[in-house]
Amino acid sequence: MTHSVDQAIRIKELTYRWPRQCADCLAISHFAVAHGERVFLHGPSGSGKSTLLALLGGVALPQTGRIELLGQPLTALSAHARDRFRADHVGFVFQQFNLLPWLSARDNVLLPCIFSTRRRERAGDPQQAAARLLTHLDLAPALWQKPAAELSVGQQQRVAAARALIGQPGILIADEPTSALDAPRQQGFIDLLLAETAAANAALLFVSHDIRLAAHFDRTVALADVNCAATEAAT
Amino acid sequence: MRAVLLLALKSAWARRLTLGIALVAIALASALLLAVERVRSDARASFTQSVSAVDLVVGARSGAVQLMLYAVFHSGSATNNMRWESFEALATHPAVEWAVPLSLGDGHRGFPVLGTSAAYFDRLRYGDRQALTFSAGKPFAEVFEAVLGSEVAAQLGYRPGDHITLSHGMAELGPEHADKPFTVVGILAPTGTPVDRTVHVDLAAISAIHLDWAGGAPLPGLAIPAEQVRKFDLQPQEITAMLIGLKSRRDVFRLQRHINGYRGEPLLAVMPGVALDELWQTLATVEQTLLALSALVVAVALAGLTATLLAGLNERRRELAILRALGAGPREIFMMLTVEGLLVTALGVLLGAALLAAGIVALGPLLREYGVHLALRPPTASEWGLVVSILTTGLLASLVPGWRAWRISLADGLTPRN
Repeated sequence: MTHSVDQAIRIKELTYRWPRQCADCLAISHFAVAHGERVFLHGPSGSGKSTLLALLGGVALPQTGRIELLGQPLTALSAHARDRFRADHVGFVFQQFNLLPWLSARDNVLLPCIFSTRRRERAGDPQQAAARLLTHLDLAPALWQKPAAELSVGQQQRVAAARALIGQPGILIADEPTSALDAPRQQGFIDLLLAETAAANAALLFVSHDIRLAAHFDRTVALADVNCAATEAAT
Repeated sequence: MRAVLLLALKSAWARRLTLGIALVAIALASALLLAVERVRSDARASFTQSVSAVDLVVGARSGAVQLMLYAVFHSGSATNNMRWESFEALATHPAVEWAVPLSLGDGHRGFPVLGTSAAYFDRLRYGDRQALTFSAGKPFAEVFEAVLGSEVAAQLGYRPGDHITLSHGMAELGPEHADKPFTVVGILAPTGTPVDRTVHVDLAAISAIHLDWAGGAPLPGLAIPAEQVRKFDLQPQEITAMLIGLKSRRDVFRLQRHINGYRGEPLLAVMPGVALDELWQTLATVEQTLLALSALVVAVALAGLTATLLAGLNERRRELAILRALGAGPREIFMMLTVEGLLVTALGVLLGAALLAAGIVALGPLLREYGVHLALRPPTASEWGLVVSILTTGLLASLVPGWRAWRISLADGLTPRN
């Protein structure tokens, strides 16, 4: 895949409506994130956040409009190809419970290399890449072999970040990744995430309802400002 | 794809307790189904193997199955005897190559005693027309000599040279012919047929031990010592049944008609194969019912598997969402679930086969007393058929949770709804 385009994420004239609903849930005329750009997307719950994530992940398709990730229009791909694309190019960090509890921390980090050949190859030696990331994210080696279920929430979130970063995907999407952390750790985790995405030259879309976390990002966008449907469909 | 399957295995291992219970249920059900099939086919085999060179079994007129059961399998009892003259007449019939008399009714510590002629050891064939062989000693030559089946000798610890006494009737504590002990002169090699559980003596010995008996009890005041029996005519008046081998098998129907219309007394001649077929037809309904019930038990166990997997799915919605975020498609999710169910089924069947093998080792000796010989051996074609149908049903049962997971992963996408 070539990366001649300058945008990591580009959305144009998009509308989305969940099945069996009469109003659009999302209507975005334009939204873009540049390569390596770190964007804070501010959205309270009910603002169409998870719909946007589903669209960016390629598990849902808009009724109209375009979504391009790294220059690739998702709407042009089959469901199977969208799954492959997500595995290859997008790392996700969710609110919590990101990990498969029955796998060790290290095996959780290695998961993307199972689903994506591209990320396995880009990781070089996946074991070493995982070790490097976990060390970077300050997780003591003694914890690497522990089942994920036995880690603290903070440790789990760092493992999730390592997993999202392994194999250098072009885009990192974080959905309220700090909401399960206590306040002093929140900023620490965000700094880690910002540093690591910068090091990997990945675009970061950080979605949260908590505007106080927006301080260190390149840009802050309110979902309500881009989503024209929000005002009409708010419940 | 292999890595995804490995992931499915790890996930299943994490839920090994609940899956283990479903697995054990499938194992028990499979063991039951396979056991019913095994007992059914091996019972047939061991019955069929018991008389492989006998063309006709002849006895007093009764039912064909009944005659076979007591003459060959020494189970049940004869309603009537046949006369010795009839035996002699048939034995010298031009179509008959050999004839062996059978006299039953006495026992030794629960094992049947068979009075016969020494020709029995030469003529009787078992299995694939194998002759009887002696593991020790030789056939009886004197009146008070006995030849033991392998199991009689093994269970009671007899060796050639030991002395045994017979009891009247089959009851273990029946009246004893204690005054006329027998010497063990030979022990037969194992055959897997009722021969193993039989004490063989000369037909004359049966007359000898009953010389001073009448109506099932010793005659008071009359005791004939063993050394004097030779002075008496030991030719029996009656025998229980006889086995006949023909010079040419083509004569079998002709001779059978001849015997069934025998003028001397009402006799019945049956071809062992035909009589056994009749027996199987009688038992077919029972067999089918047992098989059907066992199949139902398997179905219940597999339904349990479906229920277990479906119940587990709700708790695994997060897991599915994580896998989706990592790039797993609905197809892969579907496959992970289906493979898991199929794996549990396969392991269950495997464990069931192991249970069956253990059961055969543990209960085999008990069943042998009923003439059914179960041996450890590779599955037959029909057993493979059952295994394949269990696996197929297991696959169908696993498709349900697979399909459900597919639906969930489509509906939930990256964010599980609980």
